[in-house]
Amino acid sequence: MPFVPHTPEEVREMLAVIGVDSVDDLFAEITESMRPQSFDIPEGLSEMEVLAKLEGMAAKNATDSASFLGAGFYDHYIPAAVDALTMRGEFYTAYTPYQPEASQGTLQAIFEYQTAICRLMDMDCANASVYDGGTAMYEATMMAVRKTKRRKVLISEALNPIYRVMLDSYITNLNLEVVCVPHKNGRTDIEGLKAAIDDKTAAVLVQNPNFFGSVNDFTELFNAAREKKAVSIISSYPVLQALLKTPGQMGADIAVAEGQSLGLPLSFGGPYLGIMTCTKKMVRQMPGRIVGRTEDTEGRTGYVLTLQAREQHIRRQKATSNICSNQSLCALRALVHMCALGEMGIRRAARLSIERAHLCAEKLTAIPGVEMLTDGPFGNEFAITLPVNAFEIISTLSERGFIPGFPLGRYYDDLDNGLLVACTEKTSEEQIGILAEMMRGALK
Amino acid sequence: MKTIFEQSVPGREGCWPCEGLSEETFIPKELLRNEEAGLPSAGELDVVRHFTKLSQRNFGVDGNFYPLGSCTMKYNPKFTEVVGAMPGFTRLHPVLPQLQGAGRLCQGALEVIYETEQLLCEITGMNAYTLHPMAGAHGELTGVMLMAAYHRDKGNKKTKVIVPDSAHGTNPASAAIAGFEVVSIESRDGIIAPEALREVLDDEVAGMMMTCPNTLGLFEKNLPEIVAMLREVDALLYYDGANLNAIMGKMRVGDVGFDIVHLNLHKTFATPHGGGGPGSGPVGVSERVTPYLPVSRVQKLEDGQFVLDYDHPKSIGYVAPFYGNFGVFLKAYSYILRLGKTGLARATENAVLSANYMRKRLEDAFEIPYNRTCMHEFVLSAVRQAEKGVRALDIAKALLDKGHHAPTIYFPLIVKECMMIEPTETENKATLDTFVDDLVAIADMVQSDPEVIQNAPVTLPVTRLDETKAARGMELTEDLANA
Repeated sequence: MPFVPHTPEEVREMLAVIGVDSVDDLFAEITESMRPQSFDIPEGLSEMEVLAKLEGMAAKNATDSASFLGAGFYDHYIPAAVDALTMRGEFYTAYTPYQPEASQGTLQAIFEYQTAICRLMDMDCANASVYDGGTAMYEATMMAVRKTKRRKVLISEALNPIYRVMLDSYITNLNLEVVCVPHKNGRTDIEGLKAAIDDKTAAVLVQNPNFFGSVNDFTELFNAAREKKAVSIISSYPVLQALLKTPGQMGADIAVAEGQSLGLPLSFGGPYLGIMTCTKKMVRQMPGRIVGRTEDTEGRTGYVLTLQAREQHIRRQKATSNICSNQSLCALRALVHMCALGEMGIRRAARLSIERAHLCAEKLTAIPGVEMLTDGPFGNEFAITLPVNAFEIISTLSERGFIPGFPLGRYYDDLDNGLLVACTEKTSEEQIGILAEMMRGALK
Repeated sequence: MKTIFEQSVPGREGCWPCEGLSEETFIPKELLRNEEAGLPSAGELDVVRHFTKLSQRNFGVDGNFYPLGSCTMKYNPKFTEVVGAMPGFTRLHPVLPQLQGAGRLCQGALEVIYETEQLLCEITGMNAYTLHPMAGAHGELTGVMLMAAYHRDKGNKKTKVIVPDSAHGTNPASAAIAGFEVVSIESRDGIIAPEALREVLDDEVAGMMMTCPNTLGLFEKNLPEIVAMLREVDALLYYDGANLNAIMGKMRVGDVGFDIVHLNLHKTFATPHGGGGPGSGPVGVSERVTPYLPVSRVQKLEDGQFVLDYDHPKSIGYVAPFYGNFGVFLKAYSYILRLGKTGLARATENAVLSANYMRKRLEDAFEIPYNRTCMHEFVLSAVRQAEKGVRALDIAKALLDKGHHAPTIYFPLIVKECMMIEPTETENKATLDTFVDDLVAIADMVQSDPEVIQNAPVTLPVTRLDETKAARGMELTEDLANA
């Protein structure tokens, strides 16, 4: 039987030590009335058969299409070293570092992750990560609610709609008021948000670049929030953050991000990485694991989980969150990715992604009837308006192996003709040229 | 060991992902950061050597026996990594099936979701599953949200959730975060007594969260009575799947009356723990709770095509950005296919056999507070050793010196100086024997030379670490510290 090493002889020896006749005797407390009514699972397959079956299923997925999909999740190049190092069994098959002396590898890696992420976001403290960017946004919101003891949350409609729907589900039972300030043709309505901040506002939530790809400076907005003692929360895009004005420079209290773009494959939705950082003042509200540097009894440097008084295993029902792990291996991947590319490598990936997106925007808007939806600066993603329904164009082009972008009408009622187009350093000039030609043809 | 930042040399080139940049920045200067971030600049070999060395400062299942109770640190078969790395899965953008006409581009992935749900339904006897929760604690939160939605929809006024003191540690926080008041009940003789439940049960109870077998490794044999009592007040019974490895093929939680269950695929179904994630915490429900499951759900059409289905007006909404940790449950799916019906039951049988064998072999050297047939794990107490000034923590550290990861210690809270040992079915008898011999030797050493144990570990890269200094010093990054 796979993965069970005991021989029949060993089983007999073990049963003799226990003092029972059969393995079945060990299950005597599960009486007849509690036994399975059915257990209709197919019998096991060999390793070779399982791999063949799964290869067959993988082949039903068309991964050779050229894709301009982004919408918060991007196909950046992952250096080979990321897989090679993070697949080491010592990292891969360990668990939460409960015994720090036997887990210095994981702990130091998390400390280095915290350092790299804080430098990228220009913030004081980071946790060891949470599940994904949406969860990070929800947890950040709850930090603000606890800190301010207020219950009104102000969000921009230009925030990733996935974060907004996740926030809605999580707070159903928590008696919070969410006020959503509409976007303006894809721009974050900074003046509208400023006007909506009042003495009951716990937090203001924005994103940079926003869902439409538009790049902003939220310094004034965060100043306005500070005047009303509300917490400023920003979601950023880690790869572009190597270039863009930082959450720290803008004066954010909490900065979060979906970390997928740092070395994690798209993998049909996960596992991803929820990045959370904050100012030193907010750190005791932070959920999840945090690693700190210390010394051992011989004075050698070492690392431990710290500030654990916030956590569920100490605080039980009074904890800051029920989160008791992190996406440790994903955080490790993000760290190795940042190290393998280095400062200049990440900046290059960001710059080339932006350059390709601008080339793509130029070519697409040269087609009669295609216009920029959102004006102003953008990064590696931009929103355009088509003369026809975007869903139909996507359907037509995807049949020819090109997925031209994400239909904004999926989340925004009045934007059925809106298309969100993303490029990365992997998008070639040739692909952009073909996309433009196909689009021109389809719109004739 | 130096950090990667301490090894960084400005100007040293890493891996360039691309060449041929133009000089134009496209974004106005006032929207750009005013200085570089300070990420490492290191050569590829520097990076490879650094992380290889770091990995060597870690225990993992691949290198060490890891009997961490309630965490099911079983062997993670290598073939599942081959599946996890198949480009046909890793390259799939998650919004694909949400695009008109593009669902056909990801039929294989949707089939994986559908088939995994079907298998989990049959293994646990539930009506339907969502694979969206991304960890066990996330499954708990989703489960309690489902409980709230069920009662809200029925117009029930429910404010409390019961959590036994022998339940999994995250349960109280999950219930509280979903907006419930947590009511604790004490176990009696190691399990839940119907009388104790009767004392706290009233119409305001939304449900009870139960770990079975519980964290003492004991089967909750009063289960049928407990189910009946909860039904009387329309309270839902929740199964924390942390310990499912003890009952596969022997009992299905759906058959015995649980309404909501979360599983830990990284425990029972052998996906790697990854140093603390990513996990996967699917939630299964009975028929009456099914309408509230998160969206989207995968539906199989009559023509065999798979589509996403959002038409569930009573759904609690979204708990994940997409469909959960696909890359994780893909491996669990492969593992279930590999083991099959007999293999799954055999895993449970041998997990329970190994735990009982170790329990018997350790019963002379240690106090075992509930020394009767256990399931897949058991709890020792170091109270006798504590009389000599050696605590469970010290014994845990001494085990590290012998090359074993320590058991879970000081949990459950109801046993003093406790050590929770879960061997799993994948460890051979020689490994179990070595661990037992080493633990008995440590117990002997406590009598003869307790200081050696109190000073352990001495063979690892560091000795015991100063946690107070860490909390006070607040050195949380290279750049932050309390002066």
